[in-house]
Amino acid sequence: MAEEVSRKPYVREMTYRWIFRHPRYVRYMAREFSCLFIGAWTLMMVWGLQQLAEGRASWEAFLEMLRSPWSIAFHCLALGFSLYHTVTWFNLTPKALPVQIGEAFVPDAVIAGAHYAAWALLSLVLLKLAGAY
Amino acid sequence: MARSNKPIVWGPFAAGGTLTAFLTPALVTLTLLAGLGHVPDVLAYESLHAFAVHWLGKVALITVIFLSLWSVAHRLRITLYDIGVRADSGVAAVLYSAAGLASIAAAVFLFRL
Repeated sequence: MAEEVSRKPYVREMTYRWIFRHPRYVRYMAREFSCLFIGAWTLMMVWGLQQLAEGRASWEAFLEMLRSPWSIAFHCLALGFSLYHTVTWFNLTPKALPVQIGEAFVPDAVIAGAHYAAWALLSLVLLKLAGAY
Repeated sequence: MARSNKPIVWGPFAAGGTLTAFLTPALVTLTLLAGLGHVPDVLAYESLHAFAVHWLGKVALITVIFLSLWSVAHRLRITLYDIGVRADSGVAAVLYSAAGLASIAAAVFLFRL
């Protein structure tokens, strides 16, 4: 039988206010909230596929919707947050995937740098193939 | 050994996080350019339709959509916990289901083409 517990343990109040106690926490939350923009953009693309499946007129209407000021504002935010996600993700990669050669570990900057280089190349190739420039 | 579903949840999160880190900025740039009136060739009806009709295009689109949404769902779940939402199992069920359902919807639209 469980023992009667008479003490009253201190329960720390949990709120969102801790975020603003230190700039580091704000940066952490900015990183975590980048997912909202990446998610919203991806859902918009799912909707775009639905429009594409409806036929040419629906797809053209979707493209027209992309031109609204709200869409442009959303895209600017989404681009900013997705870039922040990329930067923070690659900076963390050496922590998640340390590479050891012999006794020594490959320096963090080399692993992150290799990711940045691959990312830049991939983005340029993708934009070129997509006919963006 | 204790059974845990953590690797199953975390694997697609890491994969999706990496995929979105590499791809999303360029992809958002494409739709931003379209919004600014400079529609990239791939977003013209004929070329996107041709891409999405091909099985390889379907696989690519579904993979990107599923992994992106899954990693978003996982990160949002952890973030909601951080800001004080303690109903973790409910939050997890809703978010992972939403990611799965949206991916299935994308697959359905693709196979309607």
